[in-house]
Amino acid sequence: MEEAIVIGAGPAGLSAAIEAAKYGVKITVIDENSRPGGQLFKQIHRFFGSSAHFAGTRGYEIGNYLLSESKSLGVRVLLNTAVWGIFSENRLGIKTEEKTEIIQAKKIIIATGASENPVCFPGWTLPGVMGAGAVQTMMNLHRVLPGKKILMVGSGNVGLIVSYQLLQAGADVIAVVELLPEIGGYLVHAMKIARAGVNIFTSHTIIKAEGRNGVQKVIVGKVDEKFQIIKGSEKEYKVDLICIAAGLTPLIELCMMAGCELSYLQSIGGFVPLHNEDMETTVPGVYIAGDVSGIEEASTAIEEGRLTGVAVAESLGFISKKMAKERKIEIWSNLAELRSGPFGEEKRIAKECLLREFKTKYGR
Amino acid sequence: MEDKNIFSESYYSNSPGYPSEERLRKGKVAIIECVEEIPCNVCEIACRKGAIRVGKPITNLPELIEEKCTGCGQCIPGCPGLAIFCIDNNYSKTHSTISLPYEFLPLPEKGQIVFCLNRSGKEICKGMIVRVVPPEKNNHTAIVTVAILKRYSGDVRWIKIKRKK
Repeated sequence: MEEAIVIGAGPAGLSAAIEAAKYGVKITVIDENSRPGGQLFKQIHRFFGSSAHFAGTRGYEIGNYLLSESKSLGVRVLLNTAVWGIFSENRLGIKTEEKTEIIQAKKIIIATGASENPVCFPGWTLPGVMGAGAVQTMMNLHRVLPGKKILMVGSGNVGLIVSYQLLQAGADVIAVVELLPEIGGYLVHAMKIARAGVNIFTSHTIIKAEGRNGVQKVIVGKVDEKFQIIKGSEKEYKVDLICIAAGLTPLIELCMMAGCELSYLQSIGGFVPLHNEDMETTVPGVYIAGDVSGIEEASTAIEEGRLTGVAVAESLGFISKKMAKERKIEIWSNLAELRSGPFGEEKRIAKECLLREFKTKYGR
Repeated sequence: MEDKNIFSESYYSNSPGYPSEERLRKGKVAIIECVEEIPCNVCEIACRKGAIRVGKPITNLPELIEEKCTGCGQCIPGCPGLAIFCIDNNYSKTHSTISLPYEFLPLPEKGQIVFCLNRSGKEICKGMIVRVVPPEKNNHTAIVTVAILKRYSGDVRWIKIKRKK
């Protein structure tokens, strides 16, 4: 039996493995992709945050750091390996390139991240309608520009940052449309594209996309306070790519299969597993970290991963309760810092609700 | 009265990161256009002169200690929001310069005439590039300094190089 297995080699999963390995836990990270790092290697921009941590560093640099750390600590990373099931007594069904097998671990950390929310409109199945993640993969990993004239749907940080990256890659971002009356992401991210001439239309939505073999034009319109399209406000643009950045949903399928109890919190992406301060779910021995436990930033995912790593090392007896406690306090204060301020408020409250619900129901 | 227009100078000029008019008249100084309480303090470390203070909590708006600021521009590539610029209103009798973070190719060249854009991306004047700090120096963020007529220094925040056909 393995000591601990992490599912997902993104910022949360790698950080969990690194932290646990530091105390001597033999740990394996499994990822279905051919490269580790999750979304980090698509992130060519500098990260916000505390200068004491990774802030000011570009996402892919953080990815490189996490990989070299995990390598030097002897973390085993299994790539091109999908976890297709999770069964009683922490048994996992995995499929490698050669075979399918069942492996068992004392502790399991689920760090599967999130998937993008689709937006449905007439024409949404046309080639050229793409999620922001796919656009970033094509553009920043494979260096293929998926379009030249782009409409961005969504003005959260993802929509704003990807718009900026599209400009950097030489494309024209015709406009960003945002359903809500306010820009969703940070003003500084919005200003980066605004000063380069990109229009950000708030209270606007996409009505339909048209084209023969792919997107050729898009019609957008203004909405009233009930989100109904105002007649006569329609605008038509010639575009060849519609990029959707309409938020993320935690990938909780494995948690559900494991029997983790869920709670619904809209502000962190919908259904998420209940967990305690050690990031342990309602199923003993099954932990979570990162976006699967609620949509936040990569920096918070890293801290949550570390928290899980300490908790796992502690419960396996690799570090004393006292040492673990000190480290956990340190990580919790980092998390509090990252979740501070008006932008972090909703997430902070949602996370507190999860912890409180867990405590009320399970008393741990 | 509070200005609600995110593209106007007055939306930023009352924030603690914006130098006073008096300091602006004296020449080279940093301008921090960061008005939301984001948990970020990279600029505080980027300034080696101790002229930017965030302190605790980390969501404090960055404060420019204007008598310590020399307008050296070290903070420009440090800001993840690319929200720091440097202005020199004493560049010449008629012209000011503005230094801005630039992460695009091609890079402009010294002496090149470029279009200068305001916060909303409108071309408002032309300017001449007077300095380019190459991207290698600051982890892929170049610093471009452009000379413009004095009266535009509060509004110019971007440059545009017309693509060669």
